[in-house]
Parts: sequence; C-alpha cells; structure tokens
Amino acid sequence: MDISKNYFEFIGLPVSYHLDRSELSDRSRELQKTLHPDRYAHLSDHEQRVAVQYMAYLNEAVATLKSPLLRAQYLLQLQDIDTTSESSTAIDPMFLMQQMELRERLEEIPSASDPFDELEELNGEVVAVLEKLRASFVQSYESGDLSSATSDVRKMQFLEKLLLEIERLEDKLED
Amino acid sequence: MALLQIAEPGQSEAPHQHKLAVGIDLGTTNSLVASVKSGEAVTLPDISGKHLLPSVVRYLPCGNIQIGEEARGFASEDPFNTIVSVKRLMGRGEEDVKSLGDEAPYHFESSDSGMPFIKTAGGNKSPVEVSAEILKNLTYRAEDSLGGELVGAVITVPAYFDDAQRQATKDAAKLADLKVLRLLNEPTAAAVAYGLDQGKEGVIAVYDLGGGTFDISILRLNKGVFEVLSTGGDSALGGDDLDMALAQWFAEQIDKSEINSSESRYLLEKARFVKEQLSDREHACVVLEMDSGCHEFDITREQFDELVSPLIKKTIRAGKRALKDAAVEAEDVLEVVMVGGSTRVPLVRQQVQEFFGREPHIDIDPDKVVAVGAAIQADVLAGNKPDSDMLLLDVIPLSLGLETMGGLAEKIIHRNTSIPVARAQEFTTYQDGQTAMAIHVVQGERELVQDCRSLARFVLRGIPPMAAGAAKIRVTFQVDADGLLGVAAKELTSGVESSIQVKPSYGLEDAEIAEMLKASYMNASEDKTARALREQQVEAERLILSLQDALAADGDLLLSEEEKQQLSAEIDVLIELSKGSDTLAIEKGVTVLAKASDEFAARRMDNSIQKALQGHSVDELGDAG
Repeated sequence: MDISKNYFEFIGLPVSYHLDRSELSDRSRELQKTLHPDRYAHLSDHEQRVAVQYMAYLNEAVATLKSPLLRAQYLLQLQDIDTTSESSTAIDPMFLMQQMELRERLEEIPSASDPFDELEELNGEVVAVLEKLRASFVQSYESGDLSSATSDVRKMQFLEKLLLEIERLEDKLED
Repeated sequence: MALLQIAEPGQSEAPHQHKLAVGIDLGTTNSLVASVKSGEAVTLPDISGKHLLPSVVRYLPCGNIQIGEEARGFASEDPFNTIVSVKRLMGRGEEDVKSLGDEAPYHFESSDSGMPFIKTAGGNKSPVEVSAEILKNLTYRAEDSLGGELVGAVITVPAYFDDAQRQATKDAAKLADLKVLRLLNEPTAAAVAYGLDQGKEGVIAVYDLGGGTFDISILRLNKGVFEVLSTGGDSALGGDDLDMALAQWFAEQIDKSEINSSESRYLLEKARFVKEQLSDREHACVVLEMDSGCHEFDITREQFDELVSPLIKKTIRAGKRALKDAAVEAEDVLEVVMVGGSTRVPLVRQQVQEFFGREPHIDIDPDKVVAVGAAIQADVLAGNKPDSDMLLLDVIPLSLGLETMGGLAEKIIHRNTSIPVARAQEFTTYQDGQTAMAIHVVQGERELVQDCRSLARFVLRGIPPMAAGAAKIRVTFQVDADGLLGVAAKELTSGVESSIQVKPSYGLEDAEIAEMLKASYMNASEDKTARALREQQVEAERLILSLQDALAADGDLLLSEEEKQQLSAEIDVLIELSKGSDTLAIEKGVTVLAKASDEFAARRMDNSIQKALQGHSVDELGDAG
C-alpha cells in the first residue's frame, strides 16, 4: 500500500492553515463512504485490510486537520520541522514569565471565593492569547518565516496545555 | 459510486443473488436471530415457533448439551452445570468473576491465559465456548429457516463492552464457525431498526430494560456517526425484579413467611402472568393453589404500579445520571427508543415519557428491536444493497494506552476517536544495555494504571544493547471497525525488527481456539479435515470472485495488458488449486494471490478516492504561501 499523499491532498483541500470546516467534513464524509471497511465486509480479508488502512489514514487526517494546533504542527512537519518532540530551542523569556503568572493564578483558583467566575475569566484570557498566536503563526507561515512560525507553534502548545488544565480543574470543582 | 459496482461479486453469473446474512442479539437472558426477508427485517422462529432462545446452556455428564428452553428448566435443579447469563462472564478475569458473587454461582478453575473456566459435568468450559453454543444454535436455526449457508452475521454487544469483552464475543463466533461482519452496539442497532440513522441529527436516548439488566445509552447522531455519549444502568435490575416484587406481595397476602424454592418459583410464574396481563388490561385475576388452600386475587394495575414504582424510579435516576455524564439536558433528546420486554409495562412507558418529555418509540417489538436493527445492517454489509448509503461510523468508548514509569497510564488513542484508527508513539529504554521492554496495554479514562482495565501484557525482546534512552521503540495501536485492538512494537534505530501482535488478557489464545474447534468437530462427529478444506475453499472462492469482478470493472483502466494477464493467470492457478483437496496448498495459494493483487487493490482504492473527490477541481490544491 502506498499512501503517499499528504493529509490535505488526500482529502482534496489546499495546503493551508485556513480551512473551511464544513468543506472538510463534507469531503471526509464522501471518502468515508468509499473507504470504510464495512463496504468490503463481504469481500476477502485482504481487501478489508487495505480498506482499514486507508480508513485509518483518513480518520487520522481529519483529526489532524480539525485541530488548529495539530494542523499548524502538521504544516511545519511538511516542511520537515518537528515541533512535537522536546526541543532545546530557547523560548522568549517574556512569554515564559506570562506563562508562570497564568499558572500561578490557576493554582490559586480553588481557594477563591467564586472559583467558577475566576476560572472563566482566566479561560477567556488564555483563549485571547492563543488567538493572537494563531494569527501570528499564519502571518509567519505564509510569508515563509518558518522559524517564527515554529516558535509560535511551541507557544501554542503551552497554552493548549493550560486550557486542558483549566478544563480539568473545572471538572474537579464540579464534583 | 464506483466501488459499489465492484462490491457485487459474481454479478455476471447471478445478477440478483441474495446473500444470506443475519443479525444476532446475543443477550444476557434471551438471544435472537433476525434476517432481511423480501425487504423486511424479521426475527426467525425455531421449529416450535418460538423466537426467543433463552441464553442458557446445560452440560450433561454424557457429553451432551442442552440449549435454551430445555436447559432453562434445569437452572434451579442442576445449577452448576446449567450456565445462565454467560454474557456477564465474557472477557472477564478471575477477580471480576469472583466479584459477581451470586450472579455467577459456578465452580471456576483458572487457566494459563487468566480466563476462568467453568467446571461442569461435561468438562471445563470457557464462557466463550458457552456463548459459541448459543451462536451455533441460532446459526442452525437461521440456515434451516433461510435454506442455505450464511455469509456472516452482525452480532450486537452493549455499548459499554470493553476490548476484552468484544474480543471474547468475536472468539465465540469463530468457535461457532460464524463469520462476523461487524460487532454493533446494541443501542445503535435499536436506533437503526427505527431508521433513525436516516433521520435528523441530534441526541437519542435508548432505554433498555431486559429480564435481568437495565441499560440506558445516550447517543448522538452527527453526520452519519452514532457516537455513544454515555452509558449507565444497573446490571442487576430487570423484569425479573418486577416479578419478584409482586411474588413477595403474594406471599405477604397469603401470610406465608416461609416459602420453599418450588413455591417461590410457582409464585414468580404467577406474578409474571399477572404482569403480562396488566400490560394491556386494567386488572387481572389469578388463583394461587397453595398447601394452605386456594387464594384468589383481583389485582388492579394501580396496585401493581405501586409495587414496582420504586424499581422504575431507580431506572429514571440512572437516566438522569447518564444525561449528566453526556452533558445534555432531557429536553435536548430528540428521540427515545424502548428496548427489552419489560418496557411493555405501562408504568415504565409513562415514566420514561414524562422524564424525557416526549413519546418513546414502541412500535417494534421491544424484545426483537435490537436483532432487527442488526439484521438490517447485516443485509447491507453482505452486499445485498449496493445502492445503500447506510454507513454506521463508530468511536471507541474508552481510551487506550500504555503503562509508563510510576504506574501512570499514557493514553495513545483517546475515547471518542473515530475508528478504525492507527496511531503510533515512540518510547525508549530506561537503563543502559536494556534488551527487553515490558509493554502493558490498558483501557480506561483514569490516570493511574491500577484504576484502568488491564487488556494485555507482552514483552518486546531482542532490543540491541545501547545506552539508556538511545533505543527507539515504536508502539503502534490499531483499532479495527469493530473496536478491536491490535498492538505492535518495533525497535527502530538498529533496523532490527521485533514486533508482536497481542490479544487481550482473559481472551483465548489462538491455539486454544484451534483446540476447541478440534474438540467441537469431534463432538459434532464431523470430519475435521473436510471442514478445514471447505473453509479454505470458501476463502479462495471469495478472493477469486472479488478479483474477477475487480478486473472486469477496473482492469483495463488500472493495469497494463501484461499485468492483467499475469493476474488472470494467478487467478487461474488458484481456481485449479481450489478444485483439489489439498487444504494447505489452497491456503498457500490464497496468500500468494492476495499478495500478487496487493498493488491492484491499492490502485483501485486510490482511483476511488479520485472519483469520490471528483467535481472538486485539481486547481483547488494550491500550495501554501
């Protein structure tokens, strides 16, 4: 089997950070209808195995393109830049300071008088920073400044992690 | 759609050949088999006209086996050899089985694979073997009734079944010599029976009150995908408890503080009769003939409702919890589907309707609805409906991961990921010169391994000795369309490949299955070699037909003349081989031909992707920046 196309080409979308989500779901649905192993359930095991591999590739492609962070990482991966593993690249100290402050605030929330209000406020701030980073990424990536784009993605990773922790704390507080 | 044309093997010879496929509801209390006949999905009765097969198997010392009604009669008289509710034991380890207590009052014996075997007069039996007996019985029934060999079956499983339980169900089918077209979630099957997969997108609640279990599932239909949002219920609450409540009331009324087991059975029988009467009447009369004389009762539906109301309230509370887990409100629920015989009780319907604020679907017999839905999907999967658009996409119910240092679970595939899916993650060694790595596969949402379900353990050996952290071990998880997991591990840096495929703990080893198959052939006094030969011939036939069809459809387009001739020649070789009686040679021929057609299959797949994307011009595929 040879799945040589990248996720964008496989689904039939332009290689770009900008993505029409309804188009993504429409096209992936068309492909699902063709590729799903259920279409081959009555055929030989061999054909089913091939279908499973293609369908798994499609599912992975959809999951990657749907998420803004994964999509950005994947765009850089296509340029041979790996942002998913540990790196020794220095991150701007100002950004790190900001991260530490945000984290400290998160830690103090459980003892606040109205933790849910505080949580919502923090969440809003983090999302705003993230949005700015995404815009900056698009600009750097499209103008070919891959090193800035890479640094933006690394920062996005910090913030996505923080969002997850906010969500987790919310679950905890609700229980 | 292009591929659908190839999905019709043998079209030239027999254009409208209907393939025999069934849906099987392998239930805790009762099992059923259904099939699409003249366009309509119906359950198939046994010779005496009964549709429900009690899920009971009794093993006799002489080696004979009783199944269904016949076996159920001995449940209290011969409890250790009469296996009821075997579904509760499927894919479970010794600890789980012990924790079931009275629900599984059998004598267990441990095995090497960690799967408990039940000691019976007919020998030690695994839960998989017991389930296989039920499946065999239903298969025979279907083949008799439909008049031919089945191409396969869709078997339903509860939505909350984990990988081990699904694997055990599939193993049971293998043992019963039944090809599984797909394992389907029970609530999804019920929704399909009502055609909800064709309907509006939204939240669907499936309320399933069976004989001994209660399940509530909250599903979301989104772009053809049934996603299980949450499941809840009570594995020890069902219609039997309603009977029990009424039987106890009888005992109080006739002032019998001590009742023996045969009296208790008698009262339960009468209680069930009254319950059924009250499903469509306002009151029911019953005469109880006891030692103390005859007692006559006229019970109103109101009286009955009062007795069972606490039990039904319990199910509604479970429904509330399931909604909360799914993070949806009762008014978000678009459709409510009723499953299980006990949903005939008017109070159940009334309470469910009140809770969800809408009328539940009750038109299809609630005992049969799951089997009917499974049959509809089986018909599509067997290739009988090439124009059908129906595609049930599924997600994995629980996250899959690995144990890492410190007993933490590292999730590799998160819950609610669309399946099939393959995902790889790289790990490394912890010590200098480490040549082996223990891999522990777990399933669940919790952070600590001890709180997750252990699915499999295996050791990857043969890692070349190097400094700690230098080896790169890629662990690949692959989940197929049935939600079953395969795990492979491979060492990358040195180029040395060691990989292993695992099956879940508590599952049967392939060798064990082979052994049991062998034993079952002997029991059925069937010629083992003839059976094996037939199996290989069927597999060869399937491959030949699908390739011939593919050649006819796409051969000219996708293969050079030379390639085409070569493939045709290879097909002819297998056709010749499969006329013979050399099982091994046919098996080998199948492998050879499958490999030879690999490239063709890939080209066809690529071609159909192209076709699926047609209408979207290639110009759209611009580059970034």
